Amino acid sequence: MSAQPEFSSFSDYLAAQEGKSLLRFLTCGSVDDGKSTLIGRLLYDTKLLFEDQLASLSADSRKHGTVGDDLDFALLVDGLAAEREQGITIDVAYRFFATDKRKFIVADTPGHEQYTRNMATGASNSDLAVILVDARQGILTQTRRHSYIVKLLGLRHVVLAVNKIDLVGFSQARFDEIVKTYADFAADFGFETLVPIPLSARFGDNVIERSAHTPWYSGPTLLEHLENVEVASNALARPFRMPVQWVNRPNLDFRGFSGTVVSGLVRPGDAVVVAGSGATSRIRSIVTKDGELEEAGAGEAVTLTLTDEVDVSRGDVLAAAADRPEVSDQFAAHLIWMHDEPLLPGRPYLIKMGTRSVGAQVTEIKHKVDVNTFQRLAAKTLSLNEVAVVNVAIHEAIAFDPFAEVPETGAFIVIDRMSNLTVGAGMVDFGLRRATNVHWQQINVSKDSRAAMKGQRPVVLWFTGLSGAGKSTVANFVEKKLNVEGRHTTMLDGDNVRHGLNRDLGFTEADRVENIRRVAEVSKLFLDAGLITLVSFISPFRAERRMARELMGEGEFVEIFVDTPLAVAESRDVKGLYKRARAGQIKNFTGIDSPYEAPEHPEIRLDSGVSAPEDMADQIVTYLRERGYLG
Amino acid sequence: MSSERMTHLKRLEAESIFIMREVASEFHNPVMLYSIGKDSAVMLHLAVKAFYPSKPPFPLMHIDTTWKFREMIAFRDRMARELGFELIVHSNPDGIAQGVNPFDHGSSLYTHVMKTEALKQALTLHGFDAAFGGARRDEEKSRAKERVFSFRTVNHGWDPKTQRPELWNLYNTRVKSGESIRVFPLSNWTELDIWQYILAERIPIVPLYFAADRPVVERGGQLIMVDDDRLPLQPGEVPQVKHIRFRTLGCYPLTAAVESDADTLEAIVGEMLTARTSERAGRLIDHDEAASMEKKKREGYF
Repeated sequence: MSAQPEFSSFSDYLAAQEGKSLLRFLTCGSVDDGKSTLIGRLLYDTKLLFEDQLASLSADSRKHGTVGDDLDFALLVDGLAAEREQGITIDVAYRFFATDKRKFIVADTPGHEQYTRNMATGASNSDLAVILVDARQGILTQTRRHSYIVKLLGLRHVVLAVNKIDLVGFSQARFDEIVKTYADFAADFGFETLVPIPLSARFGDNVIERSAHTPWYSGPTLLEHLENVEVASNALARPFRMPVQWVNRPNLDFRGFSGTVVSGLVRPGDAVVVAGSGATSRIRSIVTKDGELEEAGAGEAVTLTLTDEVDVSRGDVLAAAADRPEVSDQFAAHLIWMHDEPLLPGRPYLIKMGTRSVGAQVTEIKHKVDVNTFQRLAAKTLSLNEVAVVNVAIHEAIAFDPFAEVPETGAFIVIDRMSNLTVGAGMVDFGLRRATNVHWQQINVSKDSRAAMKGQRPVVLWFTGLSGAGKSTVANFVEKKLNVEGRHTTMLDGDNVRHGLNRDLGFTEADRVENIRRVAEVSKLFLDAGLITLVSFISPFRAERRMARELMGEGEFVEIFVDTPLAVAESRDVKGLYKRARAGQIKNFTGIDSPYEAPEHPEIRLDSGVSAPEDMADQIVTYLRERGYLG
Repeated sequence: MSSERMTHLKRLEAESIFIMREVASEFHNPVMLYSIGKDSAVMLHLAVKAFYPSKPPFPLMHIDTTWKFREMIAFRDRMARELGFELIVHSNPDGIAQGVNPFDHGSSLYTHVMKTEALKQALTLHGFDAAFGGARRDEEKSRAKERVFSFRTVNHGWDPKTQRPELWNLYNTRVKSGESIRVFPLSNWTELDIWQYILAERIPIVPLYFAADRPVVERGGQLIMVDDDRLPLQPGEVPQVKHIRFRTLGCYPLTAAVESDADTLEAIVGEMLTARTSERAGRLIDHDEAASMEKKKREGYF
C-alpha cells in the first residue's frame, strides 16, 4: 500500500511485493505512555490512512479527542465504543502498514493492569515489542510487568521507546537515566536486541524522521529500526516437529496427516516417530494441492503420508526419530494467570498444547514472581495477572519440548472446565520425570530382556562400612561364588573407580558426595545391563546411600552393612591408613575426623566380629537365592 | 512463528489453513459463511487447499437478502457446483413476508432483518457450533479488535469487553450447547493481500469486480448500479452507462461502484496501490452511525 511505487513495470513491483518480509510487533507499556498515539502516528506518517478514514478521524477528534484541535491518533486504534468513551484501550487492536522494505502487523495492547491478558494475547504472536515509557514518569510497575511478560513469552527483540521526550525538554540526561534503569533490571532477560529511542509520538520526533531536537542521539529512528531489525528465528535449525491436526482420509487408498510444521525441516524418506506411542516410520510424501513437495519447513501447512500403517491421531506429534520430544505426565512450567477466580492447586483444568487437549492439575506452586522486584514469593494460590513457577500433572503422558527449545511444542493454555474460559497461559520449563519412557521401549530390548538372557534378576549389592571393615574381602568371595554358578557380575570398589572414573575427586565432604553419586549412576547402568553389581565403598553418609537406593527400582538395591567396630578395623589397618590418619597425615578420614553414619535398616547386616568372611559371603548368596535373584 | 524463507502470502495462507483444520477437527457441526465476494472467494480457495485431497468437511451457507446482484447468485451456484460443496441458502421468511427492502425501511432495519436476523435463524435452525466468516481486521475498527476465534452467546451476541485471551495459535474451541464460535481465518490479511493472492493463484471472482459498461445512477456522491427494475428511480433520475467496477460487493442498493478502467486482475491491483479511499467507503451501511459495526456485531451480525 505504499503511496508511490517507483518501479519500471508492474510485474517488477509485484515481485518486490512478494519479496517483502513480515514483521509482527506490539506496543506495550503503562497507561497513557502513548501507545495508540504512536501507532496512529506511524499510520499517518507512512501515508496509509485513506481519505475517508482521515475524515472520520477528524470528526472523532472533535467529539472525543484529548489533544485540543489536533488529530487524536489514539482514536484510530481504539475501536470499541467503551474505549472511545473512556479514552482508554481495553483490548488489543491489530493494524497493518507497509513500507518499501517490509510489511507490518502491529498489535496495540492495553496498558491497564486489569487488561494484562489482552496484552499477552497481542505479545504471543509478535516478533518484537516496542515498550513505551513516558519520559516524565520513567520506569513504572507496568513497564516492568510488560517487559517480564514479553520475556516469558519468548520475544527476543525489544525497542525501549522513551516517549514524550519533548515534555522533558529533549533532555539527554533524562533519556540516559531511563535507559540505564531499564537496562539494569532487564539485564537477565536475554533480549537479543534492546534498542532505546528518544521520541515524541505526538509530534513525530524520531518516529520516521530524525528529530532536530535530539542532536545527541545518533541511533536509528523507530521506523528505520523496524524496517531493518533481523528477527528470523532459528526454527528451521531445530528438530522436526509437526502436531497432527487432522487425519486426511478421502478414500481407502489415502491416509495422510494434516498439520503445520512448527519446527525444523522434513523430507520424504526421513525417519519420524509418533512421539506419544514411540512408533516409528518414514515420510512417504509431502502432499499439497499445489503438488508434492521435496521438503517442508517450519511454518508450512502440509499433509504427510508415511511408509507404514502406524497409529496416528489428532493430538499426536510427529517428530524427528533421532531428536525426540520429551514424553511425560508431569512438567515444570511458568504460568501467567488470566482470570478473576484464582488458580487453585489440585483443581482439575484442561490444558491445550499443540493440537492436544488433556485434563491437568497444578500440583504445586513453587513460587510466584513479583513483577516489580522479580523476587520469588511463596504462594498458595495465584490471582489475576500473577506469574508463577508451577508443577503440572497431566492425566496422560504427552509429548512436549521445553519452551526455550521449541516454543510451539512447549506452550499451552489453561481452560476452566466449567466456564470454558481461557484462564491461563504457560510455558514448559522441563519435564519432571519420564513417566513411561514409551518412546524408548518400542526398541524392546530392556533391562528385563537383558537379564532374562542371563537367567538372573539384576541387583546392586551395596557394601558399606568403615575402612578395613572387610567389605572388599566379603564382596570378592561373593563374586567368586556367583561366578562359579555362571552368574553375570561386576565389581565397583575404591581401587577401580578412584584410579579412573573418579580420579579428579579428593576426600572433602563435597567430593565424597560426588564420588558416591557417580558410583550410584554407574551401578544403575550395570543394572540396566542385567548384571549383579557389587559395590564396595565406605559411603559414610546416609543421604548418599538413600540417593543411590532411590535411583534403583524396588528390590534392586540391597544394602549390606559390614558392621565392624572401629577398634577392630583400626587394629587390622591393612593399608596403614589409620596410623597415618591418627598422625594427621590424612584429613577427613572416616571414623577419625569424619563421621560414619551407620545404616538404620540395612537389608543384610554382617557381624564381622562373629563370622569368617567366607561364611558372610554364603549368607549373602543365600539371601539372593531365597529372594529369586538367581533365577 | 515461521521462517523468513516463506513469503508474506505463504505465511498468511498457512495460518488460514491451520485455522480451518482446527475448526474441522474440534467442532461437531461447522459451516462456512459464503458471501460471494472476493474475501469469500479466497476463503473457499483456502478451504479446498486445507483439506486436499479430501473435500472440505463442512457445507457453505449463503444468507440471501434477495437483494444480491444477479451475477453474484449465478457465480455462487457455479462455484458450489464446481468445487463440490453442499450449499445452504437461507432467507428470512418473515422479512420476505413483510416485504422488507432497503428503500422503504432504510438500510439499518433492512440489514437487521435480512442479514442479522436471517443469519441467527439459520445458525439456530441447523445447530452450527462454528461459522467461518471472511472478515479482515484491516476493514474496520471493531473488526481490528476481534479474536480469530470469537465467542458468541446462545443469542449469537458478541461481548467485546470479555473476549477470551487468545495466545499463540492455541485456539480455545470449547462452547456449551447453543453457544458458538465465529471463526475468521482471514483476520490478518489486508485488502491488498487478498488481491495479490487472487492474482497469484488465479482465483475466480464475480465479474462485477472488473470494470465494464454498466447502468448507474448517482446518489449522494455515490454511484449505485441499476441491476434490475426493483431499484426505484427518484424524480429526474435517468440511469447512465458508465465504465464502473466494485471494490467490495454487498447488496446492490447498498454497495456503491467506482469509475474505473481496471478490467484485469493486474489493473485492479495497480488501482489498489493508488487508492485514496478505503473499500468500506463504498459500504453505505457503515456510515449509518458511529461504531455501527460494533453495534451490529453485538446483535449477531458477522
